[in-house]
Amino acid sequence: MTVRDFQQAFDEKIDKEIAIEPRDWMPDNYRKTLIRQISQHAHSEIIGMLPEGNWITRAPSLRRKAVLLAKVQDEAGHGLYLYSAAETLGISRDEMIEQLHSGKAKYSSIFNYPTTSWADMGAIGWLVDGAAIMNQVALCRTSYGPYARAMVRICKEESFHQRQGYEILLNMSKGTEIQRKMVQESINRWWWPSLMMFGPTDDDSPNTEQSMRWRIKRFTNDELRQRFIDVTVEQCKILGMTLPDPELKWNEERGHYDYGPINWDEFWNVVKGNGPCNKERIATRVKAHEEGAWVRDAALAYSEKQKKRNNKTDHQAA
Amino acid sequence: MVDHLYYTLQLADNALVIGHRLGEWCGHGPVLEQDIAITNMALDHIGQARSLYQHAAKLFNELPQDEKANQFQSVALSLKISNGDALEEDDLPYLRDVWDYRNVLLTEQPNGHWGNTIARSFFYDIFQQLYYTELQKSSDEQLAAIAEKSLKEVAYHVRWSSEWVIRLGDGTAESKKKIQTAINDIWSYTGELFNVSEAEQAMIDKGIAVDTASIKDKWLQRVNEILNEATLTLPEDNWMHEGGKNTQHSEHLGYILAELQYVQRAYPNMEW
Repeated sequence: MTVRDFQQAFDEKIDKEIAIEPRDWMPDNYRKTLIRQISQHAHSEIIGMLPEGNWITRAPSLRRKAVLLAKVQDEAGHGLYLYSAAETLGISRDEMIEQLHSGKAKYSSIFNYPTTSWADMGAIGWLVDGAAIMNQVALCRTSYGPYARAMVRICKEESFHQRQGYEILLNMSKGTEIQRKMVQESINRWWWPSLMMFGPTDDDSPNTEQSMRWRIKRFTNDELRQRFIDVTVEQCKILGMTLPDPELKWNEERGHYDYGPINWDEFWNVVKGNGPCNKERIATRVKAHEEGAWVRDAALAYSEKQKKRNNKTDHQAA
Repeated sequence: MVDHLYYTLQLADNALVIGHRLGEWCGHGPVLEQDIAITNMALDHIGQARSLYQHAAKLFNELPQDEKANQFQSVALSLKISNGDALEEDDLPYLRDVWDYRNVLLTEQPNGHWGNTIARSFFYDIFQQLYYTELQKSSDEQLAAIAEKSLKEVAYHVRWSSEWVIRLGDGTAESKKKIQTAINDIWSYTGELFNVSEAEQAMIDKGIAVDTASIKDKWLQRVNEILNEATLTLPEDNWMHEGGKNTQHSEHLGYILAELQYVQRAYPNMEW
């Protein structure tokens, strides 16, 4: 078969919605795009552990502490599935981590914002996980098999997280005036960055068209953003809170909520590394990795010793 | 009776403080799989703490009125008690101050590096397994049930920390040095596990508490078995710290509680 035949077979699979598997031929750019996207997604899970991990020692009740620990642990698990999915494309976890630490690989910019109050644990669950789910549900049918399967598992847990986050806010919103104030202040901080999670507008998203053709992406950034806004406005009403956008209103004709302009300067600024916590987040990961080096070395040395010992016993037995 | 409460708090405070410490690792582990493992163990201890604090709150609520008053130093807790409110799961962990905590000093020692954390868990986990095995026979059915339920988790903790002691001891020259030093450093906090507080003695006499003398030899034997395999040794100096069980703590606990209790202290009497 020529490259052209391979390409044709690949295109046919995509058109027929047959999943692409690791051993299948795929265009180089398809592979590269997926490695970039899946590793970015994995890194987002790992960096995403930090803003919430920030409140584990200060959670306001033992139940909340346990739930938060479990949630951050789930994120580590998601990172693991996603690194494994990316490894099927021919890149190692070590290489990906190196790219994260050197700044070559990106992660979701939302995690460069600080968590300054307990209500942020609710707002992150509700808004940030909510926005992530909008993206991820669409990815459960993405064309690359291992990625799609990882997403199915992840989506189940994420929707649980979103409910937990919402429940934190609902509980606080039924509480005292200061608690309601805390909730509103947190929503005000997280709303716009959550909308930015869907990425630049379609006009400004150079990769969208190709990714849609490859069925890596199923919906455009703006479509998913709109869907998120429409459901979130309603959920916010139940909380008795407001979203910090004076232009937000129902548009009968479109059947959607209209919303005000997103501050894309802020978005690109954070992407470039100038967000409130970019440096801290990476420094924290690098520190954990460097301080863990002797531990990983020891584990490796021990397992090699064990292998040798086992070989010896095998020989003796034979 | 108040000894029963104090004794239950000893168990509960141990579970909470070590769980809190292990939880500090979340997001900072040496490798992703171990981040997940250590967080899992933190969760197990916090889960045990919840059951134990529920039981402790119930024991407190059953005390005669005059014994309830002035039981704890904290103003927030005293106010609640003088209002006649029944205590719940979170009141004892979140509103007591350092001088009313009864965990052993071992559990509040800082995480340090991975080897320090492993050494602390190693001594504690083997102790807890032997202790909870005996606690299943407690005449306090609630404590017996909590012990029984926890033992599966504890068996995993023992396996995990023992395997790490072996891996680090028999790994590289650097890891061997680090874990041996960690073991030497934490050793002087293990003696207190076997000291018997006054409340504990009263509960041993009633068949509620475990007599730690009965498990000490076994503990030492298991510790030595693993250390042998790890090519490590116990230090020769057997001088031991004590105090935690009798509410005399190190400086570390104050900082743990400052974080743990921050929200409840800053915004009292709210539901979260």
